[in-house]
Amino acid sequence: MIEMEVVYSRPESFTPTTTHYCPGCTHGTAHRLVAEVLDEMGIREKAIGVAPVGCSVFAYDYFNHDFVEAAHGRAPAMATGIKRVRPNNTVYTYQGDGDLASIGMAEIVHAAIRGENITVIFINNAIYGMTGGQMAPTTLPGMRTTSSPGGRDVETMGYPVRMSEMLSTIDGTSYAVRRSLHNPANVRKSKKAIRRAFEVQERGMGFAMVELLSSCPTNLKFTPQQALDFVGDQMVSYYPLGDYKVAPEVKALKV
Amino acid sequence: MTKELMKGNDAFAEAAVRAGVEGFFGYPITPASEFLEYMAKRMPELGRAFLQAESEIGAIHMVYGAACAGVRSLTATSGPGLSLMSEALSYIAGTEVPAVVVNVMRGGPGLGNIAPSQSDYNQMVKGGGHGDYFPIVLAPATVQEAIDHITLAFDLADKYRSLVFIAVDGNLGQMMEPAELPPMRVLPEEPPSWSVYGAKDREPNILTSIYIDPPDEEVTNIRLLRRWMEVEKNEIRYKEYELEDAEIAVISFGVAGRICSSALRTAREEGVKVGMIRPITLAPFPTEAIRELSKRVRRILVVEMNTGQMLNDVKQAVGGRVPIEFYGRIGGITPLPDEILEEIHRVNQNTEDIADGQEKVEWLERLEARIERGDQ
Repeated sequence: MIEMEVVYSRPESFTPTTTHYCPGCTHGTAHRLVAEVLDEMGIREKAIGVAPVGCSVFAYDYFNHDFVEAAHGRAPAMATGIKRVRPNNTVYTYQGDGDLASIGMAEIVHAAIRGENITVIFINNAIYGMTGGQMAPTTLPGMRTTSSPGGRDVETMGYPVRMSEMLSTIDGTSYAVRRSLHNPANVRKSKKAIRRAFEVQERGMGFAMVELLSSCPTNLKFTPQQALDFVGDQMVSYYPLGDYKVAPEVKALKV
Repeated sequence: MTKELMKGNDAFAEAAVRAGVEGFFGYPITPASEFLEYMAKRMPELGRAFLQAESEIGAIHMVYGAACAGVRSLTATSGPGLSLMSEALSYIAGTEVPAVVVNVMRGGPGLGNIAPSQSDYNQMVKGGGHGDYFPIVLAPATVQEAIDHITLAFDLADKYRSLVFIAVDGNLGQMMEPAELPPMRVLPEEPPSWSVYGAKDREPNILTSIYIDPPDEEVTNIRLLRRWMEVEKNEIRYKEYELEDAEIAVISFGVAGRICSSALRTAREEGVKVGMIRPITLAPFPTEAIRELSKRVRRILVVEMNTGQMLNDVKQAVGGRVPIEFYGRIGGITPLPDEILEEIHRVNQNTEDIADGQEKVEWLERLEARIERGDQ
């Protein structure tokens, strides 16, 4: 008899559903990492997710725990309201770049300023996905989108914003790191960061955000592999991976 | 309980505490700031959530979150803040979670001023945000009534999972009056079954306002409308004053209604057979009561501290049955009882028909003449 070991199964925090995401999109990967972490930490039953507006607006269809759906950009404020009245629950937002870095800039910055004890999963794919490929605050210089058809001209359209660096300057931020989902090695590193970001909340250490560089093959008109290559080459060079803020007590955490 | 002399905003805030508010989120704005300041002290004493948000947008989305978490939550603001909150108000209504917003009204539009006004009638009664939804709007006329409305607002919000506004004229927030507070509500031990508090031993609760398939949204819109029809059936509130033998009637709400009631007493002493309906729920509006009233009186005077926003709802109820006149003070000016008394006498003597819309033309002529004379 050969002993069988389960090496891969669906996390309990994940629903047995096929996602609506495009082939080659990394939302599914990011979702799964969050679900695995919730399982491993045993916090599914107290988790409350806050979904954004964007491609992941239906994120709650894929998670097997309580969820609310925020207005565009307001997830950190909504999460604040929940966490303040239910401090024993684990509250996290899952937001894209248009949501978090454009329309929701005030909400995310002030959640960080308050050191709000929530976890933020920030998906940066440099484009608006759900509305059909418009320029995002994170769109790279020169990148063609439906609303920057001649390429993003930084003179008139402004510069891409680096959120992890920006939030790292805020005293209330305990943990702000950037990872990427463009290959398995980086996926594994992403999961570790997500784990740490939830541990920060569980220990009441304050505001934690993991920025995940992600792919959008459909709107960038790439094949799935090209889209991942774009993340690994172009995006990583504008948005360097790394730990931008790790508070000393967070650094001391054994994860 | 005995009556105490209390400043409006402080009293409303304490009433909210006693109504069991577990989450207050606000942003400073005159003339509502005392509400925030009171809660800043009081809520932490009780171990409840208080937060000064980064903006009214932040504040109301925090209220939205706390409401989804199943606790009684509210904010207090004024017109410009309410404008910023419109987005979340629509989401709260669309998600069908209970929340209460106290709007201490000031003069507008724009930055306007900080003097009392009733010019946010349409903003609240007609919804304020996008989409088909129906908030409940309460309009107190005294500090005591506003205190009572706080508890009522939460009871209605919970009962119908509805958004409830309390339309407080700026005067009430700032004035001091003897009033009695309700007893402290015992906080519920269990969260409501529909709320988010962790999916332990149950299926996840999902609270959302998105129904991407039009048939689903249509069903939702129908549900909201049917619920509103229930509200209309059960919750219309208004106060009648001396209507038994009235030949003319005043219709006025909030502080304007209170001033009218004092003018009405004098008019009665002077022999004018005048009565009044003061709507307490601006939404649902006492349409039927006003329709019935219009069958018994020969003339109606609508008084508001705006350019005639409720006037349209009154007209709809009256359906052209009797002439309707209008008097309003605007821009943050509160009318004096003598001013209203003069109007009551004038309306009582007027036998002419008034074409639709003409009542405003005539009102403006009288108002501008008054301003010209230098009268208050």
